[in-house]
Amino acid sequence: MKNTFFEITSNVPLTDSVYKMTLAGDTDGIDAGQFVNIKLDGLYLRRPISVCDVGESELTIIYKVVGHGTEQMSRMKDGKLDLLTGLGNGYDVSKAGEKVLLLGGGVGVPPLYLLAKKLIKDGKKVSVVLGFNRRDEVFYEDEFAALGCVVTVTTADGSYGLKGFVTDALPENYDYFFTCGPEPMLKAVYKATKTSGQFSFEERMGCGFGACMGCSCKTVTGFKRICRDGPVLEKEEILWED
Amino acid sequence: MGRLNVSLCGIELDNPVIPASGTFGYGYEFSELYDINVLGTFSFKGTTREPRFGNPTPRIAECTAGMINAVGLQNPGVEKVISEEIPKMKKVFHKKVMANVSGFSVDDYAYTCEKLDKIPEIGWFEVNVSCPNVHGGGMSFGTSPDAAAEVTRAVKAVTDKPVIMKLSPNVTDIVSIASACEAAGADGISLINTLLGMRIDLKTRRPVIANTMGGFSGPAIFPVALRMVYQVAHAVKIPVVGMGGVSTAEDVLEMMMAGAAAVEVGAANLADPFACRKIIEDLPFAMDKYGIKELSELRV
Repeated sequence: MKNTFFEITSNVPLTDSVYKMTLAGDTDGIDAGQFVNIKLDGLYLRRPISVCDVGESELTIIYKVVGHGTEQMSRMKDGKLDLLTGLGNGYDVSKAGEKVLLLGGGVGVPPLYLLAKKLIKDGKKVSVVLGFNRRDEVFYEDEFAALGCVVTVTTADGSYGLKGFVTDALPENYDYFFTCGPEPMLKAVYKATKTSGQFSFEERMGCGFGACMGCSCKTVTGFKRICRDGPVLEKEEILWED
Repeated sequence: MGRLNVSLCGIELDNPVIPASGTFGYGYEFSELYDINVLGTFSFKGTTREPRFGNPTPRIAECTAGMINAVGLQNPGVEKVISEEIPKMKKVFHKKVMANVSGFSVDDYAYTCEKLDKIPEIGWFEVNVSCPNVHGGGMSFGTSPDAAAEVTRAVKAVTDKPVIMKLSPNVTDIVSIASACEAAGADGISLINTLLGMRIDLKTRRPVIANTMGGFSGPAIFPVALRMVYQVAHAVKIPVVGMGGVSTAEDVLEMMMAGAAAVEVGAANLADPFACRKIIEDLPFAMDKYGIKELSELRV
């Protein structure tokens, strides 16, 4: 965990409500599946946003406007942001097999991008299924394809790609999976997949670094904090609560 | 004696700044960011007899200049606190720590304190009779003078360490409860715990927090906290630890002018993990600005 200032270098809409922000700063120690916690003027708590991509000194985050914080972020053109970085237990790529499946839904798609980059670099075959509600919500299909992934897009209303959910488009051949998306999707993925895999969860957080116990969940191996022991949990440790 | 030194129940502190229980874990998350030995001490996560998961999520809501939490005393239970958390804490914190304890019966409080009494690293007990987030315990002991006194006596019977009773602001007469604790042998009073509050999500029309209500903290509650610290400090002879919305060195000075012997900092640690270190660094400058030579001169 580090506390540093980043300079906003770009902030552009990808869809009506999803924005991509690039930032320049100290990216040392930031890994796939982790998040940053952003301080915003006039708001008491920081906003946790997943890491989409990271370079030597460039950080990319993709966020959906859902409340006051993300609305404020969407209006930013430049300036500095106070970030806590290196937060959370990210994806463990050492557990992946040779044919890896990535399943992303909505704003659960971004954290899979840096993961896909790492897996491709390790010589893995990567299939990606990206699920959205409608055609106008689709983003990052071309970016995953450009990495060398086999990309399938699903839309719930069938207006683009395959009609249905990501679980309707599972390939035959995969030996491990990683997923991130809304909880109903994660539950469906849990049921539909036949191999081990890793799930990235979302929860309202207080601190984002494990101190306040605001985002705890029960797992097979005991109580875990989504912000610190997660957001990535392994399939075998998940306990679903209704 | 440095100019920031204060004394709390006979134990010297390098400065009056104490991260409040529940906002600082057992210290080791913060020790990744800075040397937590700059603190006066800290009050560790509220510990109960049995392990507790706490309340369902969402447990957190935001509000203007503050937040609401309904964690519900999640902790691994006193046995694991002793066997796992305190050994980890000892590696990063080398001063006396404040042990925050909670319970659901008078016997629970005594049991947990008796177990922790053997830990040499513990300097003080802070006995939480004020948690708003658990049913059938916690705050119910802190809303009646007799019940608060009964817990005080039970804990005093099992330890020689100083016992500080942490009180709830959700009462009609805070002074009567503080006085009852003092009469029952308490060595200090700390206040305020969080104010009971809630938020409703306009989209879902449902409470934001799964437990409906939670404890409201942050800078928004500072004037309420200051008022109650003032009332209690002027009514009891034992030291008072002031807390509630403290975020800056100026807030610390104001709390001490109201009668606090030391000051806890809670929600600020969550919004800015460096909050306590910044406050400690800023204190000498704030003291210069207001012509304060030593903090000890502020005691009422």
